Amino acid sequence: MAAVEFERITCTFAARGKGSGSYTAVKDVTLTIADGEFVSVVGPTGCGKSTLLNVAAGLLRPSSGSLRVFGEPLQGVNRRAGYMFQSEALMPWRSALGNVTAGLEFRGVARDEARRRGMEWLERVGLAGFENRYPHQLSGGMRKRVSLAQMLILDPQIVLMDEPFSALDVQTRQLMENELLELWSANRKSVIFITHDLEEAISLSDRVVVLSAGPATHPIGEFAIDLPRPRDVSEIRMTPRFIELHDRIWHSMKEEVLKGYAQTRNRVSG
Amino acid sequence: MRRRIWVWQLVLLVAIFVAWQVLTQPGLLPPIFWHDNPERAAFFFGEPVKMFRVIWQWFTEGTIYAHLWVTLEETVLAFVIGSALGLAVGLWLGLSPTASALFDPFITAANAMPRVVLAPIFMVWFGLDIGSKVALGVTLVFFIVFFNVYQGVKEVSPVVVSNSVMLGANRRQLLRSVYLPSATSWVFSSLHTSVGMAFVGAVVGEYLGSARGVGYLIAQAEGAFDINTVFAGILVLTAFALVLDFAVGAAERRLLVWRPTQGETEQL
Repeated sequence: MAAVEFERITCTFAARGKGSGSYTAVKDVTLTIADGEFVSVVGPTGCGKSTLLNVAAGLLRPSSGSLRVFGEPLQGVNRRAGYMFQSEALMPWRSALGNVTAGLEFRGVARDEARRRGMEWLERVGLAGFENRYPHQLSGGMRKRVSLAQMLILDPQIVLMDEPFSALDVQTRQLMENELLELWSANRKSVIFITHDLEEAISLSDRVVVLSAGPATHPIGEFAIDLPRPRDVSEIRMTPRFIELHDRIWHSMKEEVLKGYAQTRNRVSG
Repeated sequence: MRRRIWVWQLVLLVAIFVAWQVLTQPGLLPPIFWHDNPERAAFFFGEPVKMFRVIWQWFTEGTIYAHLWVTLEETVLAFVIGSALGLAVGLWLGLSPTASALFDPFITAANAMPRVVLAPIFMVWFGLDIGSKVALGVTLVFFIVFFNVYQGVKEVSPVVVSNSVMLGANRRQLLRSVYLPSATSWVFSSLHTSVGMAFVGAVVGEYLGSARGVGYLIAQAEGAFDINTVFAGILVLTAFALVLDFAVGAAERRLLVWRPTQGETEQL
């Protein structure tokens, strides 16, 4: 059974202020993510990638179309999904451990039990000994690790990630990508990974979905990534098959990226 | 360097009092302004030596402690009640757009009103005891805390809220784990101002009508044209306010460890 099924999802936002019409971010998106599949969604900046993810999370109701999670239509917040946001989402007034165990606390898990599991997860993401640090005392990469542990401790069946590593430097980023793959292969969940970085998308995923430029974004191509696993994200980028896939996908994307760029430029100059 | 500054600050303080004494003590210097009456300067500005003698007497004879205690009690009560009310109303209006829209002009009007003129009314309502002073302090503290909490709730990062919702927080847990801590941090950031206001409320209330408290001592001395005792009272109040401020600073450092202070962010 498919983990997530988008069926003709359209999201139209009412524009604020008089005169300007409404804005259609995504239009007629039909997309299926299988159980245990790692799918990356790439597209030009500002094309409504996050909108799709918010729909899958249940944070945003689509204007039309339906979303099914493991066959059932989604009502309210998606309880089977974990969401890792692009920007800082940790509670600054809680320590690393307090942040990781927040979800368990909300679910009423006993304090000792939550603490034990929290410490376990902090160790798993390489932050043993940092449990009492507050987010501002951690580096960007460490904060992302805390976010990752915070989400995965609840063992969600679906993982939604919105450009989670875009704020990190290249080295930290590849480190985090490898760790993500390691955690994922140990316990295969369905992942929807949003990114604007094609290399990141190819090196992580089973399938890459390319979106058109906004407005009215929709998928314009799907590519199966048949690279062998386990992968090392920095090494796999040197293999001929990777370069071939990259070329093919980039070719189909290029036009859309240029379109998106032209639109942004017009918006700025107009 | 820090110790040197400390020494210089002390020197400056002593210099101010010495200059004050020299300029006011009758007969020490030829009169500069009041040529007809050399006692005039001391009458208007007091003499530090006599002030310190009054303060010395207050503390050695122990008469000041009861007054200080009353003033402290009023300050603490006004601060606690005002903060609790400000926090509750701020959270409520911050989270309910309808209520906020309805009450907005009333809050603005109430805040614009000069609250010190309410002191006589409070005395009619709550009597001459500490009740009326606490009430005055509460009206001063409430608005500071209220506006800070209201702002704090409005400025909670929507991503942090969404993240908590995705982690499974229900409405009550969201209030307890996200809005309340965020709002409390704003309360603490206004702590120095609100404790100061509670203190002002207490002293002004005492000054306008009471039978106890440091404000009462000052009002009494003023009635008797005893300028040295007035200044002694003011000096005691100032020292007391400094101690309060120091205590608040210590509490703040303990409670807001999670907040990055500028230039002090500890990166790893």
